[in-house]
Amino acid sequence: MATSAVSKGCFVFKPKLKKRKISVPIEEYFNKEKNESEDSKLRFETYHLTWKQMKSETEQLQEELNKNLFNNLIEFLQKSHSGFQRNSKDWACQIKLKEIPTAALVLGVNVTDHDLIFRRLTEALQNTITPYVISLQAKDCPDMKHFLQKLISQLIDCSVDTKPKEKEDVQVTQKKTHCSMDSLSSWYMTVTQKTDQKMPSKTRTSQWQSPPVVLILKDMESFTTKVLQDFITIASQHLHEFPLILVFGIATSPIIIHRLLPHAVSSLLCIELFQSLSCKEHLTTVLDKLLLTTQFPFKISEKVLQVLTNIFLYHDFSIQNFVKGLQLSLLEHFYSQPLSVLCCSLPEAKRRINLLSVNQCENIRRLPSFRRYVEKQASEKQVALLTNDRFLKEETQSLLEDLHVYHVNYFLVLRCLHNFTSSLPRYPLGRQIRELYCTCLEKNIWDSEEYASALQLLRMLAKDELMSILQKCFQAFDSSSENQFGSTRKRIEEFLAQFQSLGADAKEEEDASGSQPKELPKTDLYHLQKSLLEMKESRRSSKKQTKFEVLREKVVNFIDSLVREYLLPPETQPLHEVVYFSAAHTLREHLNAAPRIALHTALNNPYYYLKNEALNSEEGCIPNIAPDICIAYKLHLECSRLINLVDWSEAFATVVTAAENMDANSAASEELNEIIHARFIRAVSELELLGFIKPTKRKTDHVARLTWGGC
Amino acid sequence: MSKLELKEDKMLEVQFVGDDDVLNHILDREGGTKLKKERAQLLVNPQKIIKKQEYGVEEGDQEVLKDQNYVKVLGQNVQESLKNGTATDGGNKVYSFQNRKYPEKMAKLASELAKTPRKNVSFSLKNDPEIKSISQSSKGHSASDKVQPKNNKNELQSTPPRSLRKRLIVPSSHSDSESEYSASNSEEDEEVAQESEKDTNASVLSQKTQAASRILVPTCRGTPSKRMRREDSSNLVEEYFEAHSSSQVLTSDRTLEKLKRAALDQQTLRNLLSKVSPSFSAELTRLNEQHEKLFHKWMLQLHLGFNIVLYGLGSKRDLLERFRTTMLQDSVHVVINGFFPGISVKSILNSITEEVLDHVGTFRSVLDQLDWIINRFKEVWDHAKQSLYNWLWYETTTYSPYTEETSYENSLLITQSGSLPLSALTHVLRSLTPNARGIFKLLMKHQLENQEDPSYPGLSFQDFYQQCREAFLVNSDLTLRAQMTEFRDHRLIRTKKGPDGVEHLLIPVDSQTLTNFLEEEEEATVTA
Repeated sequence: MATSAVSKGCFVFKPKLKKRKISVPIEEYFNKEKNESEDSKLRFETYHLTWKQMKSETEQLQEELNKNLFNNLIEFLQKSHSGFQRNSKDWACQIKLKEIPTAALVLGVNVTDHDLIFRRLTEALQNTITPYVISLQAKDCPDMKHFLQKLISQLIDCSVDTKPKEKEDVQVTQKKTHCSMDSLSSWYMTVTQKTDQKMPSKTRTSQWQSPPVVLILKDMESFTTKVLQDFITIASQHLHEFPLILVFGIATSPIIIHRLLPHAVSSLLCIELFQSLSCKEHLTTVLDKLLLTTQFPFKISEKVLQVLTNIFLYHDFSIQNFVKGLQLSLLEHFYSQPLSVLCCSLPEAKRRINLLSVNQCENIRRLPSFRRYVEKQASEKQVALLTNDRFLKEETQSLLEDLHVYHVNYFLVLRCLHNFTSSLPRYPLGRQIRELYCTCLEKNIWDSEEYASALQLLRMLAKDELMSILQKCFQAFDSSSENQFGSTRKRIEEFLAQFQSLGADAKEEEDASGSQPKELPKTDLYHLQKSLLEMKESRRSSKKQTKFEVLREKVVNFIDSLVREYLLPPETQPLHEVVYFSAAHTLREHLNAAPRIALHTALNNPYYYLKNEALNSEEGCIPNIAPDICIAYKLHLECSRLINLVDWSEAFATVVTAAENMDANSAASEELNEIIHARFIRAVSELELLGFIKPTKRKTDHVARLTWGGC
Repeated sequence: MSKLELKEDKMLEVQFVGDDDVLNHILDREGGTKLKKERAQLLVNPQKIIKKQEYGVEEGDQEVLKDQNYVKVLGQNVQESLKNGTATDGGNKVYSFQNRKYPEKMAKLASELAKTPRKNVSFSLKNDPEIKSISQSSKGHSASDKVQPKNNKNELQSTPPRSLRKRLIVPSSHSDSESEYSASNSEEDEEVAQESEKDTNASVLSQKTQAASRILVPTCRGTPSKRMRREDSSNLVEEYFEAHSSSQVLTSDRTLEKLKRAALDQQTLRNLLSKVSPSFSAELTRLNEQHEKLFHKWMLQLHLGFNIVLYGLGSKRDLLERFRTTMLQDSVHVVINGFFPGISVKSILNSITEEVLDHVGTFRSVLDQLDWIINRFKEVWDHAKQSLYNWLWYETTTYSPYTEETSYENSLLITQSGSLPLSALTHVLRSLTPNARGIFKLLMKHQLENQEDPSYPGLSFQDFYQQCREAFLVNSDLTLRAQMTEFRDHRLIRTKKGPDGVEHLLIPVDSQTLTNFLEEEEEATVTA
């Protein structure tokens, strides 16, 4: 093999220059080897386009969400630097000058997303405050020397942006010079003087006499305390000549600052806390913009959504990974579903339907949802749909249109329902819209127990709550351009008006009801219980509904009817396969794989992979003809922490000889024994490579088990 | 709110209101008792697991995440998946605790395995009556095994099928005098076991099963896993601590040296293995073909900014090599063998800078080098893509042996290349002069005399010289030193400076090999 050698473990391969041709375009790989799959090129292009749109949408979203945070931060930086700016001589400022302005940025545990935020922050700061923005990571700064080196080299990089000619000699000098705070401040002096002269031409720095230097410590928790402490102490000494501003990136909680820095050091900082948006809210907005909208035709099924949210909630809290998961589902969808070519905007899809090939028409006919649809049609229409391609295409167009309308309605009603249920006590239908969405995708929501209890709770809502919810729903319907909901909007408006007019009546009612329950005479427990029971009875029988209650009932029934009409699960819609990606298992397999379980299965149940009938056996036991490593593994499971190799090899040999039906007394047995021993050695070293055992010195010829998982 | 105020105005009296009534007051307005019950249930357990976790995350301390739910959620819809193992109860099994194991178990299981699947085999080869009869006879053995009370472990081991008996009896002739199984202090262990028997329910159970399995061998097949599942998690925890409480472990004292074929070298191992025809080759090729069908998809995903991890049992080298040769011929690529013992970040980066980017020169540090590479690739790779590893996991279980991978390992049973195997020792010494051989033997004997002393520093050069002179092997300091150089070149000896600055000589070969060698030598001289 070309990649094995005794002397090195790293091999580089380059294409031969002569043969080098234009590399295969990516679309080529979209084909599944055979050319059977339809419209692969078009599908790939659609994928590309959709993904680009979704990506830019998320980026925009990110930007908007960060905007608030960044603005606050920038304001703080400007304010804190103004003291240095004014060079004022009063005492408070003098004290303040010893303190380094510090912004503590609490970003949450989703560390993978932080990089992006910091990159944006750097850009924002460079555009508004200062060209000197440096960010350091703990891994770059094991000690003070490296810290300063990195700092200086980055600073110089910042300044060479403005004057590229000096780049060469600056870099040379930087390598030579001893890095210290003194050299830093002198560098700062020269640079600011230079820019001062050039001031008129520079609009960017014009608002600052001397721009501050912003140092971002991306992962504050992982810095060594000593480096941080030393740096802060030294920097505060030089603050009057080197205006430094610190930004701490904190993943856990702000207490960490005090844990890392003793009082003497933290008193040198003037800290202000900034909290970024929680990642769960972020997820909600992302979902809102990407999935709960008709802007993107692509949708995911309940299971896929669950897999993605589970990965998010249990593994990383990372929005970026969530979006990546979404990208993968998009790719998988376009890759595996030939009809995904229709998963695009409605007019475009209609155009494409006309160009569909015969095979694609067959594909449509093969869709389960379409077949269900056909079965419901009259018989002559059935025949036409199944035989006439033209007719099929027309029908598909109208079905796709229906699907689109279905989605428009779906999301409106979903939001409306969410308005109602999101504030209920105990959140029977979930607090987040994604939970509600999940339930609605899964089944008919009105069949669920949670829905029934939610309706019960809705029937107990107070007037003002109900009115504010209705108001919100009204706005939602109002903002939508579709006119199917004209009547719905009107109904809500009417309800609102009725509630308003109800105001006075309701008060009287409550006066009356409030006076009722007070006439309890002083009695013993038995009588109390009895009278309470009686009261309950009487209340129930004498219950007459107030006007408000009647109206409330009406509202709830109205909502219920909306839900039942519009929140049908997508599986009921013909052609839903075109836009819904439902292969949750592939997604999970690729994003959240369980390598240990795969290994376990391979070792314990080889039949699962090899599909050889001889290997089929009941659970917990493997046949003796299984691969060597399986047998060795199975045997080793029976041992405790130490394994005697002799015992092991004998047990192994027993099993293997039995499997081969050898007569142990035959003449050739010595050689066979040798071979079996070799096989044992191979199995053991493979298990060692896989990390199940390791050599131990505690007893001769023993190995130690490394796993304590079951059997 | 207004209602409350009104109440307060009219009466300032404390009333006793039963819990029931409060609940009624809250819930009873319309629904009646039936609703009340439903609500109460609903309040107590929100049924959807997913919702529960939602609360757990958002309300932190109110609801605690339960491991089991977690496993369940992650393990759900695995059934649909064709790959990825039988995760549903695989999860339980893989992540459960280990229960206490007893030394005889392996032998038992071996005998179990050796005979039970015979059924399978005889099914497939029904036309061969002879085999069938063998399997029956072995069953007969096992039946007798069942009845036999197990006093003597040797006896137990000899009762299962003939093949096992033979194998077990042969080595036991070597070790008749010593007990088969011993812990460092077995009495204490017994005590511990008894104590824990009193203490925990779980241990009682395991002890009992152990006792039971002493008599009824076939019960031990498959029982551990079943028992595991039956017990709730608290018992599992106790079992874990029980299993790890005592420091000594009961294992047999037998060593490989008493088996004649102790260790093989790499070459003979390969030769031997090449004689074995791989089993299930048809199935394996089928698996491989399945994986190869994914090559196109991999390329696509690699192009779109994902990275790919392959996992599963079996060597993936061949598969990757095929992927490399079929798909990557037109692009620059680097292969890094992670199992290569000398691999380091530095060497990887060096090969990238020097060979891929044709850079000549050195870097001050690894980080600098990395920065440089990143700068060079900036045009090629999108930075955002590069900073993220979008791992996609692909299961590619191949069952191929890890031939190449393990060959670098200093494996347990394969003689290490660092120390010398017996054959090499003999070979080198044969080529020496008789005097040199004598010198070496002197050293060897001295070392063997001192083998019990763990702090034996080696023979000091002065003493060695003295002894050699007395045996008329050398006549001067210089000749001995010249001889030493030769030994050292063949890596037959190692010199170490002691704390007093005196050179000490050691043979870096284990004592067993040395004894064997001496024995062989003496035989040779006798026959000569």
